[in-house]
Amino acid sequence: MLNFDVLIIGGGVTGCSIAYHLAKSGCTRVALLEKGYLTSGATGRCGAGFRQQWGTRTNCLLAKHAVAKLEQLAEELDYPGGVEIKQEGYLILAYTPKMEAQFKKNLALQKSLGIGARWVTPREAREIVPFLNTGGLLGATFYEKDGHANPFKVTDAYARAARRLGVEIHTYTPVQDIRLDGGIKTVVTPAGDFRAPVLVDAAGGHAAGIGRLVGLDLPVQAERHQILVTEPVEPALGPMVMCFYHNIYCQQSPHGSFIMGLGDPNEPRGYNTGSSWQFLMQMAEKAVRLLPVLKNARVVRQWAGVYDMSPDRQPVLGEVPELPGFYVAAGFSGHGFMIAPMTGQLMAECILGKPTSLPIDMFSLSRFSTGELFIEPSVV
Amino acid sequence: MADQIIICRCEDVTKEEIQKLIADGAHTLDEIKRLTRCGMGPCQGRTCQPLIAREVAAATGQKMAEIKLPTFRPPVIPLKLGALAGGGEKDA
Ligand SMILES: Cc1cc2nc3c(=O)[nH]c(=O)nc-3n(C[C@H](O)[C@H](O)[C@H](O)COP(=O)(O)OP(=O)(O)OC[C@H]3O[C@@H](n4cnc5c(N)ncnc54)[C@H](O)[C@@H]3O)c2cc1C
Ligand code: FES
Repeated sequence: MLNFDVLIIGGGVTGCSIAYHLAKSGCTRVALLEKGYLTSGATGRCGAGFRQQWGTRTNCLLAKHAVAKLEQLAEELDYPGGVEIKQEGYLILAYTPKMEAQFKKNLALQKSLGIGARWVTPREAREIVPFLNTGGLLGATFYEKDGHANPFKVTDAYARAARRLGVEIHTYTPVQDIRLDGGIKTVVTPAGDFRAPVLVDAAGGHAAGIGRLVGLDLPVQAERHQILVTEPVEPALGPMVMCFYHNIYCQQSPHGSFIMGLGDPNEPRGYNTGSSWQFLMQMAEKAVRLLPVLKNARVVRQWAGVYDMSPDRQPVLGEVPELPGFYVAAGFSGHGFMIAPMTGQLMAECILGKPTSLPIDMFSLSRFSTGELFIEPSVV
Repeated sequence: MADQIIICRCEDVTKEEIQKLIADGAHTLDEIKRLTRCGMGPCQGRTCQPLIAREVAAATGQKMAEIKLPTFRPPVIPLKLGALAGGGEKDA
């Protein structure tokens, strides 16, 4: 029987960031349990983009602070090779007057919060991405401080720093059951039982399954998202190009490969992470139309991961009122990578009973019963 | 010099880098792939994965057969996006 102050379930970027932030604040009797290897869930399958161009104050601030932390991450965590940050912006395309109006509203909000995104005309968009097909385009928003990073390295950097501070990380250790004995939670794994008064559910697409082990009904469902990568070529595309209208995004990694994905509105909920031929064709069609130069890029690999979707597509963060000591950090609905540095900090503050550096009440689980959903106009 | 041997020629990763990672606790091909890109190149690991498996086996005492290969992902050979797009349905 192993006793800890905090047990974290899930070794994605969220769990590792929480582990590090707890340990950094002096809470070092922490164990993280991961059923596979670190990043084997959504984290290792994601597009790993980060943007500060959001449509609500909360998300703008969350992303802005998270990006500031990401910029300093390699230094803060003493991670020599760096985490492969590329900051050449997000170009978010507008195709309808409604989108244009919404984006302009977002820009005003972003400006008031110190996020310097701007409106660009189709011509200016072509200066930013010379081979962009601007047919039908009304304009776009652009912020050069958005970008992407390597999700394996970000997670590895958090995990190593956490370990150095004393956190135990147990990979290939699936949580099979949880027993509540008074305030103490006993987590059952093939490697033995782990006990702690505080338990954090950071199991991504499996968060609801962990919730069920303690009788909690978490409204977080898995939804497959597919993605592909091409052979590396010379740098050609600076920013992440994102289009809510065609539901696609495309970026070129510092390594030279193009990474692109699309959201399929007809995707059924479930844990399927298989790859489909249909995705490959659709993706190719849309990407080549938008960025014709891509026609010569060769796809080397396609894969899929799951989004942990919540009803309002915003995360659930914090303690569950009916279950003292049971915390949730899940439901990231496709944007959990970019906010993970702040998720870790806020969750650690919340667990340690400190005031949180940004308000997180709007992310509480109870919003689904009171109906006070968090509406973010700017999601894919 | 022996350690400057390239194990993954697509992604230019040396035997020394691999051995260092294994010594650091990365004992599966999945973990090594994600931290070094070994296996993510145009050959998708056909060349390097068996060599890396041998390093893991040598360092951990596991048998080659016990070492799990990463998932082989489609497509089997690199395909041009332009060719794929040509075969797709037209949409708005
Ligand atoms: C195709 C795709 C593209 C994406 N693009 C972006 C993007 O550009 N930007 C962005 O910010 N986000 C993106 N996301 C979303 C992002 O990947 C996630 O929000 C983020 O990685 C969530 O991290 P996590 O640690 O919460 O979850 P995960 O990484 O899923 O980690 C949860 C972990 O819990 C483990 N686990 C589950 N059950 C158990 C159990 N019983 N016992 C022990 N461990 C268990 C899993 O193995 C997993 O490793 C994308 C996602 C996908 C799928
Ligand atoms: S040799 Fe390693 S991917 Fe080709």
